[in-house]
Amino acid sequence: MIGGLFIYNHKGEVLISRVYRDDIGRNAVDAFRVNVIHARQQVRSPVTNIARTSFFHVKRSNIWLAAVTKQNVNAAMVFEFLYKMCDVMAAYFGKISEENIKNNFVLIYELLDEILDFGYPQNSETGALKTFITQQGIKSQHQTKEEQSQITSQVTGQIGWRREGIKYRRNELFLDVLESVNLLMSPQGQVLSAHVSGRVVMKSYLSGMPECKFGMNDKIVIEKQGKGTADETSKSGKQSIAIDDCTFHQCVRLSKFDSERSISFIPPDEEFELMRYRTTKDIILPFRVIPLVREVGRTKLEVKVVIKSNFKPSLLAQKIEVRIPTPLNTSGVQVICMKGKAKYKASENAIVWKIKRMAGMKESQISAEIELLPTNDKKKWARPPISMNFEVPLAPSGLKVRYLKVFEPKLNYSDHDVIKWARYIGRSGIYETRC
Amino acid sequence: MTDSKYFTTTKKGEIFELKAELNSDKKEKKKEAVKKVIASMTVGKDVSALFPDVVNCMQTDNLELKKLVYLYLMNYAKSQPDMAIMAVNTFVKDCEDPNPLIRALAVRTMGCIRVDKITEYLCEPLRKCLKDEDPYVRKTAAVCVAKLHDINAQLVEDQGFLDTLKDLISDSNPMVVANAVAALSEIAESHPSSNLLDLNPQSINKLLTALNECTEWGQIFILDCLANYTPKDDREAQSICERVTPRLSHANSAVVLSAVKVLMKFMEMLSKDLDYYGTLLKKLAPPLVTLLSAEPELQYVALRNINLIVQKRPEVLKHEMKVFFVKYNDPIYVKLEKLDIMIRLASQANIAQVLAELKEYATEVDVDFVRKAVRAIGRCAIKVEQSAERCVSTLLDLIQTKVNYVVQEAIVVIKDIFRKYPNKYESVIATLCENLDSLDEPEARAAMIWIVGEYAERIDNADELLESFLEGFHDESTQVQLQLLTAIVKLFLKKPTETQELVQQVLSLATQDSDNPDLRDRGYIYWRLLSTDPVAAKEVVLAEKPLISEETDLIEPTLLDELICYIGTLASVYHKPPSAFVEGGRGVVHKSLPPRTASSESTESPETAPAGAPPGEQLDTIPTQGDLLGDLLNLDLGPPVSGPPLATSAVQMGAVDLLGGGLDSLIGAPSFVAPPAAAVPANLGAPMGSGLSDLFDLTSGVGTLSGSYVAPKAVWLPAMKAKGLEISGTFTRQAGSISMDLQLTNKALQVMTDFAIQFNRNSFGLAPAAPLQVHAPLSPTQTVEISLPLSTAGSVMKTEPLNSLQVAVKNNIDVFYFSTLYPLHILFVEDGKMDRQVFLATWKDIPNENEAQFQIRDCPLNAEAVSSRLQSSSIFTVARRNVEGQDMLYQSLKLTNGIWVLAELRIQPGNPSFTLSLKCRAPEVSQHVYQAYETILKN
Repeated sequence: MIGGLFIYNHKGEVLISRVYRDDIGRNAVDAFRVNVIHARQQVRSPVTNIARTSFFHVKRSNIWLAAVTKQNVNAAMVFEFLYKMCDVMAAYFGKISEENIKNNFVLIYELLDEILDFGYPQNSETGALKTFITQQGIKSQHQTKEEQSQITSQVTGQIGWRREGIKYRRNELFLDVLESVNLLMSPQGQVLSAHVSGRVVMKSYLSGMPECKFGMNDKIVIEKQGKGTADETSKSGKQSIAIDDCTFHQCVRLSKFDSERSISFIPPDEEFELMRYRTTKDIILPFRVIPLVREVGRTKLEVKVVIKSNFKPSLLAQKIEVRIPTPLNTSGVQVICMKGKAKYKASENAIVWKIKRMAGMKESQISAEIELLPTNDKKKWARPPISMNFEVPLAPSGLKVRYLKVFEPKLNYSDHDVIKWARYIGRSGIYETRC
Repeated sequence: MTDSKYFTTTKKGEIFELKAELNSDKKEKKKEAVKKVIASMTVGKDVSALFPDVVNCMQTDNLELKKLVYLYLMNYAKSQPDMAIMAVNTFVKDCEDPNPLIRALAVRTMGCIRVDKITEYLCEPLRKCLKDEDPYVRKTAAVCVAKLHDINAQLVEDQGFLDTLKDLISDSNPMVVANAVAALSEIAESHPSSNLLDLNPQSINKLLTALNECTEWGQIFILDCLANYTPKDDREAQSICERVTPRLSHANSAVVLSAVKVLMKFMEMLSKDLDYYGTLLKKLAPPLVTLLSAEPELQYVALRNINLIVQKRPEVLKHEMKVFFVKYNDPIYVKLEKLDIMIRLASQANIAQVLAELKEYATEVDVDFVRKAVRAIGRCAIKVEQSAERCVSTLLDLIQTKVNYVVQEAIVVIKDIFRKYPNKYESVIATLCENLDSLDEPEARAAMIWIVGEYAERIDNADELLESFLEGFHDESTQVQLQLLTAIVKLFLKKPTETQELVQQVLSLATQDSDNPDLRDRGYIYWRLLSTDPVAAKEVVLAEKPLISEETDLIEPTLLDELICYIGTLASVYHKPPSAFVEGGRGVVHKSLPPRTASSESTESPETAPAGAPPGEQLDTIPTQGDLLGDLLNLDLGPPVSGPPLATSAVQMGAVDLLGGGLDSLIGAPSFVAPPAAAVPANLGAPMGSGLSDLFDLTSGVGTLSGSYVAPKAVWLPAMKAKGLEISGTFTRQAGSISMDLQLTNKALQVMTDFAIQFNRNSFGLAPAAPLQVHAPLSPTQTVEISLPLSTAGSVMKTEPLNSLQVAVKNNIDVFYFSTLYPLHILFVEDGKMDRQVFLATWKDIPNENEAQFQIRDCPLNAEAVSSRLQSSSIFTVARRNVEGQDMLYQSLKLTNGIWVLAELRIQPGNPSFTLSLKCRAPEVSQHVYQAYETILKN
């Protein structure tokens, strides 16, 4: 199991050091600094073995978090734990920075004592932790016996992510379908690979211990329901989507999903990520990039890029940015674009073309002349792909929320009393076209 | 002023200040002071001098302050054991606190303090806490048992904590169960023999129930524990799999990977014909692909594991090639791993896409990545024959870029392509030669030299090219020197007239001016070979080379199986067994996949299943020469075989031939220091040696129908030593004909074809009477049984021991050697009954010093039974007498080469020990005849 956990700043100074196992000595702290943080070259692996001691590290801005062990631990678990630890810290004091860590080091030690015992991860749900690890410090005599046992039963219980007795005057919930669409296209417009990775994030303000059921246009479910009426299947079948794979927050009853494919759960209070999913079929590609690069002699390049928006004309895409890479020996660039603003950024070796808004089914174009310095470098320019960023108010996977039913048998509010909101946001992931 | 002085002075002042603050009356000030102490501790300052003052702050109702003091204690108690005792009282008191959080905190901290006196006081509170009414305290106490075990294992056992811990597996609270499982698993690791976890269907059921209810971490503990269980049959395996599969949808990647581990392991027990098997295979792919959208560090862990999974079960991800395409922004460690998997998944169906991608990668920035991409193109060419041509042209394009490392890498892989497809792409040699000057890495230079030597007859200026390398011979690495030596010898054999001077130059450089033994030895061998018999030299040096295998970098199957049991863990990331990186006894128990013990299926009978550890003497396997790319002459001169060196007439075993012939000529060479005489048997050159002449009467037995005793099959060639081919077998004699019953099992990942078998010369001239007939290619995990008829008409050479047989088996992958012992009774012919008079005369005739006496113990049979049993194995009773209550049996037998063996067997009724006297003109067989008696009578 995890033998120790260290946090360093960018210089390699230790901010937090907690050792859980006897086999990890103080020298391990220095070994990691010398061999990884101070190493000249690029990090070649997130797992490093130095003198039979294994170091797992992740970086958050310029802070290094390292878990150390001498045993054959579950490596996936260690990384999951490190991420979780970042989430917990962020939930307590915001951004993970050197200053915040120094200001909260007592709290961090307290958390580390609680969420790792002898190197075994324990309950690390922020909701539960916040009930008894507070920055103020709880004085034991101020708690009643009931309060204490409520805390412990929540920390160890089946529903570790929600406490009992939550009350809201207005029961309300928000569902965000956040998708990132990834594309790799050949210069000829052939889709080399495309997939959507999506998340359903739920923010709820519900009283009691509400039992929720989430429904979407999952092909398997729709086909199952539509068995009796063939008509319906063909009608709704058009809009249903094939989900390659999905994963759920630990509140979702997985065995029920496996047997009935229904998504039922008691949600944590406030915001959490209900599910993640991935689709590869029938993806709506909101933009198409058509590149045209011509080498005019040894010292000149002509680039023309057309982008076409491919969604309903009533919708508006935002924050559009096209990044056209330029060779390292570029000496000057002249750009003409019909819409938005385009600039050559020498430090980034790219022409960045920004458009604030663009409606669906439109087209826009940029052309540039790139002057090159003559070089004797034999190596040809690698022509990195043209990448794009954007945000559209639709789900490129085609996912639709069908319902989210809420039942709370003990309290007297029904599904109809809950105010529900849903929105769809599609963002570009790695959206590249080779040129 | 030195740095150290600066530090001590400040520290002194600081500590003095802190001491005062710690002893302050104001609570707030105290707390601030303790915080300062902890901060100093964190950055590595020694604040142990404040121990008594900090411990004084322990008695507080402020939980935050208490935790800080505990943190300090955990750090320094070990260095100040005497003072740590001061804390014991507070701990014990806290363990009785009405607040469960404080009770748990106390027991948790006590377990972290490695001071004997504290540990003593821990036992009573721990016992109470393990049975505490509050689950939070119980789950903390469960982990504390593991802590205590780490400090003092004996104490834990004596105090009976293990039993209490086992009881917690049935606790009503899922987190208590999970922590108890984690603690028990860890304790069990350091006691590999004990049955601590006692996994049985009932306890497994409990675990599976808890799995649905506990935290994500708890699920990991439980799944990892489940993976150590071996279900009793395929039905149980399937039902566990069914309950584990929902975990594949968990958001936590570690839960997913641990579930994959359980499934991969238990799948091993399921029959491939089962519908469920197919369903399971399909279910595995999507979650594995999903892991690739996790954070890069987790992607890396996932990819290292996927690498193992596609080697074990390529079918799982065969349609998912695209997801392994490298993204421009992937961290380098992810890129390299993806590339590795792409090559493994490359097939005829997707090769076009893969090649297009690889070509893109070859223009990237990172040198390692580009090299690997170029290498990958070469591997594609070797793996998918249809793509070879495109690969070669892609590689040529890359060579034209003139980027130094790309060119070198390309040349190394083109050499392999030449090996795989001889006489097909030699047109590119000219282009390669143009780049000769830019090669500065040994591997690339060696590859280029190999190409020049191999195709010397087509390259007009081959001698000039090689000569140019020769100038700096002594500055080259060994790899290049060896290759250069071989290449020039090849050149000489192809164009002897013009290159005599060159070859003499290189031979003298290698033998006289070099102090590298490998180089010198190889030089000498060539020298003798060329000077003794140029024709033989040609046959040896220019012999046909064995094919190179399609898959490279494959993990050896037994290691792969072990690593599959470690999916998700560090071992799977390093691709090394835990023993390679874990110190001491922890976690170094070897794990292996469960055998298929099907309740419904019975294709494999227990006796054909690989027997545990075969007797060592039968496992006299000759190590194969792994370096396929090297020249055949890389062979070591001394394979660890007892007895005379191998000498076979097999054509494809040119290397072995060389050894026989080579030694001969070496002995003849005057300047050569002769090896110790014992290593060269006197009769090597003259197999028909006088001392053995009577052994060579080659008569094959014809006689009555009889089936002699057949020993169960034993493993002769373990899969580990033969690139996945496992051979087990036995010898039989039925109706006068001898056969070798073989069972070939393919434990590798690729199909095996083109089997052939050869025996080395042996004492009784055993030789295959027919070629080894394996009708269909042997696909992975498939087993075939073959009965190979043997004759005794082969060439004869006395072996040591007399009944040892050296066998070479060839398939499309390589040639493997092993040696085995055959029981002598397969050589007893059916007409071995001697006339009584002749028997008497012969007995007298054979000198007494040829008589040997043996004891056969513990044989419960009587004289009649013995006689009839021996007769079925062609040992015939000629006469029987009863002398003073003892039965005397006079017996005769004849070997296939006509040697008679006479025996007197004395049996005393009621005494299970028999006395056997053997007389024979060739007394060296007696020992083996006695062994035959033993096996026949005792089985």
